[in-house]
Amino acid sequence: MEKNKLNSAPVFQAFSYTVVALIAILCLLPFIVLISGSISDEGQVLAKGYSFLPRGFSLDAYAFIFRNPGDILSAYRVSMTVAVVGTVLSLLISTMAAYVMYRKEVKYRNQLAFFLFFTTLFNGGLAPYFIWINSYLHLKNTLAVLILLPMFNVMYVLILRSFIQGSVPEPLVESAKIDGAGDFRIFWQMVLPLCKPALASIGLFTILAYWNDWWTPMMFTDKEQYVPLQYLLYKMLSSMNMSAAMAQHMSSLDTPKETFKLAMTVIATGPIVILFPFLQQYFVKGITIGAVKG
Amino acid sequence: MSSKIEQVVVRTPKKAKRISPLQELRKNWVLYAMFVPIAVFFIIFAYIPMTGVIMAFKEFNYRDGIFMSPWNGLENFEYFFQSGKAWIVTRNTMLYNLVFLGAYTFFSILVAVLISETYNRFFKKAAQTFMFLPYFISWVTVSAFVYNFLNYEFGIVNVFLRNIGLEAIDIYSTGGYWYLLLPLLYVWKWVGFGSVLYLAAIVGIDQEIYEAATIDGASRFQKIMRITLPLLKPTVVVLVLLGLGRIMRGEFDMFYQLIGNNGGLMNATDIIDTLVFRSLMGTQDFGMASSVGLYQSVLTLIIILFANYLVRRYDKDNALF
Repeated sequence: MEKNKLNSAPVFQAFSYTVVALIAILCLLPFIVLISGSISDEGQVLAKGYSFLPRGFSLDAYAFIFRNPGDILSAYRVSMTVAVVGTVLSLLISTMAAYVMYRKEVKYRNQLAFFLFFTTLFNGGLAPYFIWINSYLHLKNTLAVLILLPMFNVMYVLILRSFIQGSVPEPLVESAKIDGAGDFRIFWQMVLPLCKPALASIGLFTILAYWNDWWTPMMFTDKEQYVPLQYLLYKMLSSMNMSAAMAQHMSSLDTPKETFKLAMTVIATGPIVILFPFLQQYFVKGITIGAVKG
Repeated sequence: MSSKIEQVVVRTPKKAKRISPLQELRKNWVLYAMFVPIAVFFIIFAYIPMTGVIMAFKEFNYRDGIFMSPWNGLENFEYFFQSGKAWIVTRNTMLYNLVFLGAYTFFSILVAVLISETYNRFFKKAAQTFMFLPYFISWVTVSAFVYNFLNYEFGIVNVFLRNIGLEAIDIYSTGGYWYLLLPLLYVWKWVGFGSVLYLAAIVGIDQEIYEAATIDGASRFQKIMRITLPLLKPTVVVLVLLGLGRIMRGEFDMFYQLIGNNGGLMNATDIIDTLVFRSLMGTQDFGMASSVGLYQSVLTLIIILFANYLVRRYDKDNALF
């Protein structure tokens, strides 16, 4: 069959390979350019600008960062703590809620689902949200605010519910009940282990959301000990998004550390870009589970 | 023990109907208790802030807070609609999202179809891995890429333009470039994700249809046009309609990271979300921030309900509710 397809339309085959390869390279290219920029020689960059290949070779930018690594280590610590604690809590509470909405005995399970779902349809807007969290809950400048705000995604809870519906047959729960297992024990010893594949996917999506979150710290923290990695990166980069006129004005005051910015980006982004492609199958599975439901 | 027996009895439908909410709660209290954590979270972080919409009709001050500040009727809305901002941000939000949705859908389908036409497994895997990379990174990192390529003095594109004797482009003071750049970056970031979505739909198509077409002498191209695309149509329609439901929700992450508070680009790149953010965090104009926020929330709700109505009519199983 495959041979047949291959031989039947060589021109079309070539076209497919070319276009896919081209788009894939375009997706990869900025990463390569970033790395080669970060190991370029600062002087040559200032003289000739960036290039696809490194301009000279120098690890000065990295050396500069690691000479004073306090900020970055602290940011790594914050990011990891928030991502790990947040994801564990999120998965546990989400799966528990999904399990409750799956149990047929729960008469109001659809109302509960709508209670969660409605929050995706309507919200009060950023202004009351911001003031509520800052002035009423007093969560400003706490680790809790970084963990709590991005914690739940209603879609993931609903996906978990349909996953449980598909992989934990009703009679299994019934028989466990007859054997005397309580509702929580059924969840803990039966449903949770059976959910592992979905938990792996949704857990990774959640970790990613935490890891890439710069919005929460920007809105709700202004102390250095609560700066996670992406927000640290943002703060370091934010001076550069300005027009050429402003940049020229700036450069007289302070020599722009060109390669430093890129090296910082590599350090902040590296772990994800190196690690996550190996976990890609879980993301693909997650997208597919979600897609089944729409 | 007794609860188990009760359970069995209750499961017959006739009895179930007669149970009062309180009895239901008592009978399944463990299950309801397991829902409490998430319920508390959404009450505190979603439902109570939702009541804050009243802020849009108030002259907010910190001392009196959201609930005690004096009312000022529709003044905030009048101010918003007379500021000349309303039309600009509404237009920008909707047009950008439309273009994003269209470009994303087109390229995702294109890539998915073409990947399904390649048979080298290593190639497939490598291509998908590369295309997925942009999905993993934040818009903060993307802004570093943009800087790396388009920075006025040292960016690769500008170095190249100067080398061939052309004028360098200054994207941070010319709005026009962003009409092209933003959709391009959006597609770049999401095409890996989208193609996986559509590829899953293509893989789900019954192979026998293709075999039958092969026997009838259909070419690869004909099979795509006559089988793959028509059979993808339901998925596309549903996903596009659901995407249209979010058309009033701007991509704040993207716009804020790539453009920031750049006054010179505002006509071209100001969206509802950046306006709300700027009013709240920059000028502390709470009337503006809250009225624009409510304007966006209400329009979003109406549009989602309408989009969902269309999905329901088209394909009931895929409706959101």
